[in-house]
Amino acid sequence: MRLTQGTFSFLPDLSDTQIGAQIEYCLRNGWAVSVEYTDDPHPRNTYWDMWGMPMFDLKDAAGVMAEVTACRHAFPDHYIKVNAFDSSHGWEALRLSFIVNRPKDEPGFALERQEGAGRQVRYTTRSYAADRPSGERYGAD
Amino acid sequence: MKHVTVPTDPRDRYRAGVMKYAEMGYWEPGYVPKDTDVLALFRITPQEGVDPQEAAAAVAGESSTATWTVVWTDRLTACEWYRAKAYKVEPVPGSTEQFFAYIAYDLDLFEPGSIANLTASIIGNVFGFKPLKALRLEDMRIPVAYVKTFPGPATGIVVERERLDKFGRPLLGATVKPKLGLSGKNYGRVVYEALKGGLDFTKDDENINSQPFMHWRDRFLYCMEAVNRAQAATGEIKGTYLNVTAATMEEMYERAEFAKELGSNIVMIDLVIGYTAIQSMAKWARGNDMILHLHRAGHSTYTRQKSHGVSFRVIAKWMRLAGVDHIHAGTVVGKLEGDPNSVQGFYNVLREDLNPVDLQRGIFFEQNWAGLRKCMPVASGGIHAGQMHQLLSYLGDDCILQFGGGTIGHPMGIAAGAAANRVALEAMVLARNEGRDIWNEGPQILVDASRHCQPLKAALDTWGDVTFNYASTDTPDYAVTPTAA
Repeated sequence: MRLTQGTFSFLPDLSDTQIGAQIEYCLRNGWAVSVEYTDDPHPRNTYWDMWGMPMFDLKDAAGVMAEVTACRHAFPDHYIKVNAFDSSHGWEALRLSFIVNRPKDEPGFALERQEGAGRQVRYTTRSYAADRPSGERYGAD
Repeated sequence: MKHVTVPTDPRDRYRAGVMKYAEMGYWEPGYVPKDTDVLALFRITPQEGVDPQEAAAAVAGESSTATWTVVWTDRLTACEWYRAKAYKVEPVPGSTEQFFAYIAYDLDLFEPGSIANLTASIIGNVFGFKPLKALRLEDMRIPVAYVKTFPGPATGIVVERERLDKFGRPLLGATVKPKLGLSGKNYGRVVYEALKGGLDFTKDDENINSQPFMHWRDRFLYCMEAVNRAQAATGEIKGTYLNVTAATMEEMYERAEFAKELGSNIVMIDLVIGYTAIQSMAKWARGNDMILHLHRAGHSTYTRQKSHGVSFRVIAKWMRLAGVDHIHAGTVVGKLEGDPNSVQGFYNVLREDLNPVDLQRGIFFEQNWAGLRKCMPVASGGIHAGQMHQLLSYLGDDCILQFGGGTIGHPMGIAAGAAANRVALEAMVLARNEGRDIWNEGPQILVDASRHCQPLKAALDTWGDVTFNYASTDTPDYAVTPTAA
């Protein structure tokens, strides 16, 4: 499967030039860019691990790109995403969030069903990879 | 316009009999509205021979304290305080028989937090008033003091995006078609295919409730199987608007509770259930962490014609106050009524923290929303992937684009239709963020994106040239640019 979280997952994987252009767009809008990574891509896993803090004061796309590259180097088989945070009053949340790295093999999720009364079913989405301890889930970390 | 004399001696003012509304004190040209006044702008078409000032005063009177004759019991009240005041009348540009009448209402006239009470005054008796040929409520200014008595959207745009973990692009949806006749099992199939293919939401149509071909519990059960399967297949949060519209509040609560039990993140209601029922469901949604979708079924009966009724921008304001999270607000380019400037005005009312006066978009008053959450506008009705650059340019990121026929009618199947829409959207957002001129380059951007997406190519081949070029009826009076879609 292909995990389709993030703004651009239906497009072919973005090149570094394309990623750079999106980062430029975020910086032009005054948003703080951050990098996060995980090997638990469950749709309700809100808290991916932070690759440092949001880069509030960094105004240079090349600098942000260097962080993306460093994170990829450290976690080549993790999911990595670039987020852009807008601190404007009334928003104070992300404006853009897209995946820039994914494992070579994405086994996806099982849907487990627990049958209940009245034809009701309790559903659990379980990541095949997350059965193994963190750090041993994708590829040879 | 005639000079109006308001009697100064109370014995003259309160002598039994009939008196002009303007003379009763409902016309006050020098009045400066207070920050706490509710303001309304009406388009009035007086009957022949009726002075526009008197017509405006009559509207002010009949929508506040007046009746057709003088009553002495006014003197038992601080009646001057309670009288609405028509304070400005001006001709509608380009019209000889229509006038804009500005009316101010004191805050004490309204019950806190009640759309029913607000509307019972403002659009209560007055729309059938004989001295007027026609009457339309064009806009309202809700003072901050009154805004603060309403809860506002249960979820709001920002929190909805955080819950769904979807940022930086419009959300995508589709209404299940055919809207009537599918069994629960077949209905769920459409939901599953559309969500798995790439949509964020699917939607019940306005008139899908509980009919012989599909009872509501069956629909809910099959739809939630579809939602959960699609989530597992994609790793993304998905949802389907389960329509809980029913004959009674008791029945709506029962359906909403069942949707919650099944794990749905959203429920849906129709505008025809009425303002009080909408506010009740908004309260329920807030208490149960649910997104509340409103389908504006029925609105065109009173919003579409310019001479009479209520503008949709006013309905949009009332619904943001009432507390819905989603509301259908037009597409500009689709099959349903929608002038570009008017529609952008509706979107601004729903999404912004402060609306400045913007006559070109039909916004007559500055409106401060005082931190009230934002309401997601929904664009639905006759739109397709080939219009993606226009939709994104007109409507921006914070909306839901609903492609019903444009998903389900795809020649390669429903999932392919969904994927075509998602690829078209992501490609357009990517290009816009890169600084490209999507208004002009849009068609080429879509063609380029279709090289890696056969379903998009098929969608463009099927619908690429379909447009709905009809003149809009509900257009702003101050438009300075051409507004044909």
